[in-house]
Amino acid sequence: MRPLDEGESTAVFEKLFKFTGNNLKNIVENPSHEGPDPNPGRYCFRLNKNKVYYVSDSLVKRATNIARANLVSLGTCIGRFTHGGSFHLTVHCLSLVASNAIHKVWLKPTSEMSFLYGNHVSKGGLGRITENIVPGDGVVVFSMSDVPLGFGIAAKSTQGYSKLDPNGIVVLHQADIGEYLRMEDEL
Amino acid sequence: MASSALNKRKGAKPQKASPKKKQKKESFTDRNPKKPKNVQLLDHSDEEEIEEHEEEFDGVMEGSGSDSDTDSYGGDDPLPGSDDSLHGSDDDDDEEEDEEKGSSDSDSDADIEKKSKSIDKENERMRREAAEDVEVNINQESNEFRLPTKQELEEEAHQPPDLSHLQRRIQEIVRVLSNFKKLRQREGASRKDYVEQLKRDLSSYYGYNDFLIGALVEMFKVAELLELIEAFEKPRPICLRTNTLKTRRRDLADVLINRGVNLDPLSKWSKVGLVVYESQVPIGATPEYMAGYYMLQSASSFLPVMALAPQEKERVVDMAAAPGGKTTYIAALMKNSGIIFANEMKEPRLKSLTANLHRMGVTNTVVCNYDGKELPKVLGSNAVDRVLLDAPCSGTGVISKDESVKTSKSSDEIQKCAHLQKQLILAAIDMVDANSKSGGYIVYSTCSLMVAENEAVVDYALRKRNVKLVPCGLDFGRPGFIRYREQRFHPSVAKTRRFYPHVHNMDGFFVAKLKKESNLKPTTAESRLSETLEAETVDIDISMTEDDSEKNARVDDQQHLTDEDTKSEKNVSEDGKLELPGTVKKRKEKKLPSFFSHLKGQFPGDQKVEKKVKLPSGQKKEKKVKLKFPPREEIAKAREEKRRALRKSKAKNNNIGPGEQ
Repeated sequence: MRPLDEGESTAVFEKLFKFTGNNLKNIVENPSHEGPDPNPGRYCFRLNKNKVYYVSDSLVKRATNIARANLVSLGTCIGRFTHGGSFHLTVHCLSLVASNAIHKVWLKPTSEMSFLYGNHVSKGGLGRITENIVPGDGVVVFSMSDVPLGFGIAAKSTQGYSKLDPNGIVVLHQADIGEYLRMEDEL
Repeated sequence: MASSALNKRKGAKPQKASPKKKQKKESFTDRNPKKPKNVQLLDHSDEEEIEEHEEEFDGVMEGSGSDSDTDSYGGDDPLPGSDDSLHGSDDDDDEEEDEEKGSSDSDSDADIEKKSKSIDKENERMRREAAEDVEVNINQESNEFRLPTKQELEEEAHQPPDLSHLQRRIQEIVRVLSNFKKLRQREGASRKDYVEQLKRDLSSYYGYNDFLIGALVEMFKVAELLELIEAFEKPRPICLRTNTLKTRRRDLADVLINRGVNLDPLSKWSKVGLVVYESQVPIGATPEYMAGYYMLQSASSFLPVMALAPQEKERVVDMAAAPGGKTTYIAALMKNSGIIFANEMKEPRLKSLTANLHRMGVTNTVVCNYDGKELPKVLGSNAVDRVLLDAPCSGTGVISKDESVKTSKSSDEIQKCAHLQKQLILAAIDMVDANSKSGGYIVYSTCSLMVAENEAVVDYALRKRNVKLVPCGLDFGRPGFIRYREQRFHPSVAKTRRFYPHVHNMDGFFVAKLKKESNLKPTTAESRLSETLEAETVDIDISMTEDDSEKNARVDDQQHLTDEDTKSEKNVSEDGKLELPGTVKKRKEKKLPSFFSHLKGQFPGDQKVEKKVKLPSGQKKEKKVKLKFPPREEIAKAREEKRRALRKSKAKNNNIGPGEQ
């Protein structure tokens, strides 16, 4: 387990910025009440076996005596570096990202299951959408009862999507909570 | 007229009862020659009908005969007992006789009368005999249950097992054993024979192997055993646990009911449990499940975490964490504060553990992949506040989930499991900090019913470390065994709890909560002696010197768990006689029996008896309950001396006696 170096840090923060925008500082400077001290600690990022973890200080300190080979997971995993060196967010970070997201989309109940199977979001399944979405933005997908279902990349802007035919793709799927059941081994 | 039609009908009737059949035929053949006579006497109106009947009658067909008969009766009033069934046959005989009396000569009358009377007598006799038979059979069945003889057993072995027969026999044996004095067989079948036969029947009916059935028979009374085995055949209800980090039980119940799930709160002892009766949607694949609002978990798995009762901001270790149901419950109780170390030895199970932790939104956990026995070295001794050890076990309590356990467990496997569990519990105890402000607790739990894996392991921990048992907080369970067969455990083992499928409707489970009293490990001279009483409380030491040398030899082995320890558990009497090595004894001044009193103070043993050893502080003083008599040779010597003294005094008396008298 080691802290991220420059390049890795930039990659991670870039990806997070797509989804959270200025709320990124909430994530980074989140006070952590996990430790035994009454003063809240901070959260930090650590890298282990190509996976990036978001952990509080106190946890990191106590986890240092675990050998690298035997350490499996710390705190919350937010994503992994691929073999080629690019960083992808995984579904594990959903709760963290969803609470700080700026671009949101709400799905109709009928199209929830389709998204949870890994399909993209089509125009017909859209219930609500926040404004000012630009194509290429990170979007977090919710159900109508405000349960976060996953996230993806916007394919069209908020104004542009109304011109689409009903089967047009609005949000490209990246990760969803159905993966816990479908792809448990690959996570 | 009607009479002749009756005749014809009579002939065509189906003859069911054989004796009646014979008589019918006889009567029929007798009556046949009379037919023409009767025909002549008939009214003209019926002649045609009768002729028709006669034609039909030649090719006797039951159906056609009866049909035509009923047709012919359409106009007439139905005679009593004149339906096609056989019940009316006697009556019909009488009626016919009456009819014929009126229409035939007196000679034939008398014959018929005689015949009918003899028929009657026959019937009476048969009925009486049948009734007696039935009575005799009932009497036999209700009063006497006989164990099958060897021959019968051999026969059965050759045939495929008759399940209903087996089931009946099982019920009968249980009934006999419950009231043994009254219901036992006269020829002196012992209780053991009945129990052996019951064991054989149960293993063939339910599919258990001999070892497991034997173990269960020793633990339970016979009627309860049957209930337990029946409960193992059915699955326990599906339970789920609300994730209090994300939702409340009420809200979750509402959402699930909307989806079409039929559920109820689990019990009054749990605020987060729900039991699912039936569900229209797959309960393990709802969007709420995927969002981490609840976890599918059996009710028995709630118990060790409730016993552990972790507080916020504590450091907790879960030594066998996969698939993560208990770990996530701990995190929910701690509200994501503090630190949890979730350890799992088997790599393939780590994935499900991490997935569950992330799904349920747990952020305060570190997952590592170590062998549980190495954990104290990694995390440090005396470093954490609480430890949960849900030990790998033989699984005899969850037979309803996994039927292969019925046949795959043997005595060796249980011993292996017990060995591993003992090492793990010592490691767990070593990790805990006894001086922690809010903690210092270890919870040990298994999903097994075997005493060797439950009470024996806890007793071992009590002897090897400075821990004591405390109440679990789960008062609806049954207390653990204090004594079992030849083993005797520390009396506080009664504070552990056992759960059974047939009593609590959850999987078989065992929970024990220990509190660590001191961080010091007991060394060889200071290890605590628990009150392990054997069945025979009086023990005569063969020689004290032998004991001493053996004790010295064993001192080195004290710290390591060797085969000796496991052997000593198996061979309890040997253990008891030789005493645990290096044990501190505080003995009261023993009162030797009176015939030794004159020898008091002469034996080396006596000096030991009076020695008082100073115990290190913080340890409880244990009373030795064993009486120690002087060694055998010395007893023999004493007896010899006494006899000599007696002889002398007798001789004296004899010499003096006559003189005095």
